[in-house]
Amino acid sequence: MSNPFDFMDHLLELESKIEELQNLSGQTGLDMSEEVRSLRDKLQSETRRTFDGLNAWQRVQLSRHPLRPQTSDYIDHMVEDFVPLAGDRAFAEDYAIICGLGRIEDIPCMIIGQQKGKDVHERRRCNFGSPHPEGYRKAMLKMRVAEKFHLPIVTLINTPGAYPGIGAEERGQSIAIAENIRDMAALRTPVVSVVIGEGGSGGALGIGVGDRILILENSYYSVISPEGCAAILWKDGSKAPDAAERLRLTAQALHELGIADEVVQEPAGGAHRQGELMSRQLGAVVARHLRELLAMSEAELRDARYAKYRAIGQWQE
Amino acid sequence: MVLDRLRRGGGGKDPKKIPDGLWVKCPGCTKTVFKRLVEERLDTCPECGHHFTMTAERRVEALMDAGSWKEIDHGLTSSDPLGFVDSKAYPARIAQSQAKTGMKDAVITGHGTMNGIKSHLGVMDFRFNGGSMGSVVGEKLTRVIEAATATKQPVVIVSSSGGARMQEGVISLMQMTKTSAALARHSEANLPYISVLTNPTMAGVMASFASLGDVIIAEPKALIGFTGARVIKNTIKQELPEGFQTSEFCMEHGQVDLIVPRQEMKSELSRILRYLAPQAVG
Repeated sequence: MSNPFDFMDHLLELESKIEELQNLSGQTGLDMSEEVRSLRDKLQSETRRTFDGLNAWQRVQLSRHPLRPQTSDYIDHMVEDFVPLAGDRAFAEDYAIICGLGRIEDIPCMIIGQQKGKDVHERRRCNFGSPHPEGYRKAMLKMRVAEKFHLPIVTLINTPGAYPGIGAEERGQSIAIAENIRDMAALRTPVVSVVIGEGGSGGALGIGVGDRILILENSYYSVISPEGCAAILWKDGSKAPDAAERLRLTAQALHELGIADEVVQEPAGGAHRQGELMSRQLGAVVARHLRELLAMSEAELRDARYAKYRAIGQWQE
Repeated sequence: MVLDRLRRGGGGKDPKKIPDGLWVKCPGCTKTVFKRLVEERLDTCPECGHHFTMTAERRVEALMDAGSWKEIDHGLTSSDPLGFVDSKAYPARIAQSQAKTGMKDAVITGHGTMNGIKSHLGVMDFRFNGGSMGSVVGEKLTRVIEAATATKQPVVIVSSSGGARMQEGVISLMQMTKTSAALARHSEANLPYISVLTNPTMAGVMASFASLGDVIIAEPKALIGFTGARVIKNTIKQELPEGFQTSEFCMEHGQVDLIVPRQEMKSELSRILRYLAPQAVG
């Protein structure tokens, strides 16, 4: 398959030209600051122009970029004093979901996030971000701890979908997800859910029932993967770009559809270019929502959450 | 994906409607059986007990006491929130399903009595777009659950669905949350919900309200699961065990309370409801 990121090639070229000029300047002692500045301006405007014009499929590619920040990166750069908490107390530890206590801008909270893995070893251990039932059950167990001790919950969604396998079915993948959805809907503590990469269907929703749903600019959230949709509709997975467009799964589309409460801007060139900056930006947004939600009474919070999901849907009567 | 497998009649199950005519070939035992006998046995084979796909209308008749049924929210129909077009525009697809089934969408909801027990009921119909859940299914089920909560009655939902409806995108996905949130409230009011799983109950429907019954009952040999078998096979590159994702498989793995043949479903449901909802016994 061709390079899925070819839409960024011209930006990388510009970047390497700037670097070249700088090297040349260093080697020869010639003052190239004018040229460098003008190229930098051009890079900036080109980057903006390129990213503003990205289509749905290109954003899906970015959401899957191998260097895109993951839950572990946000824990490193957005969360302080993190205490990891493992185990579903029943079957196994599922590395595809990371849980733990931590502070975001001094707000103590429970963090639950899906993890795809940073290297080959971790990716395999995480099943590339596809949780098993034990992952969902662990997540709910930790959310119960948060509820008991009046800590708000932040969930970071990044999964191509719940794991499709024999063991997952044997241990009740559907039931685990269904129970999480129901129990999150009734939690007595605030929940902020952020789609940081892929929001793959029920596998995402299993940790996704937030009082607020935030989505990063180049993330997606969908009822089915574009590939799966294309395979069903046209018996042709290569029509995924077309399916991506029609499913209206981008951050912007989700905001327009009233599903996402806020689209979180990514640094120039995408979150993968400046992971630490992305973490700081997201931390500020999450903290703002947490503060708003923490100011609500438990009854207000639960009523508002019910009303939020109760209102989703369109029909004629 | 799941639907594909079903349309091809995978796993020995054929969801096709019983064809018109006096006789019908049973996909379970391949014998040709007298259609009226099949109908008398609530669309099951008199020879082998195979459960044919049952329409929602016939299911309501089979479960509720004669003359007690009041349908609610009959008029809800899909709009087209995404403007979705594949080989056909979504509104045309809906019109086709409506013409085929005489239904407005894939679920009927209402209330009545079941052997004298006042109960709310939702029944899905697989013939309508594979029983898929979009806004209308999500809204109607949420309303029937809320109505049950408000009247302090039990609610029974009979599922039959390939999952969330792709053509309404993430809005369909969110119907999983809406229905489950309503069930959370129903449960907090200590009111019973019984989920009945019929062939097939998969994906987004199984991963929401269908899995949340205080009691979960399956019809025999129904296909029940999360991910469709073909996707699993393609992912793990190995053969799936015999009987994978059947009612019996779910029973063996602790996921359902009971497997009940269709002809005993009404009596079994009312037997359970007499324990869980004595206040609803009229």
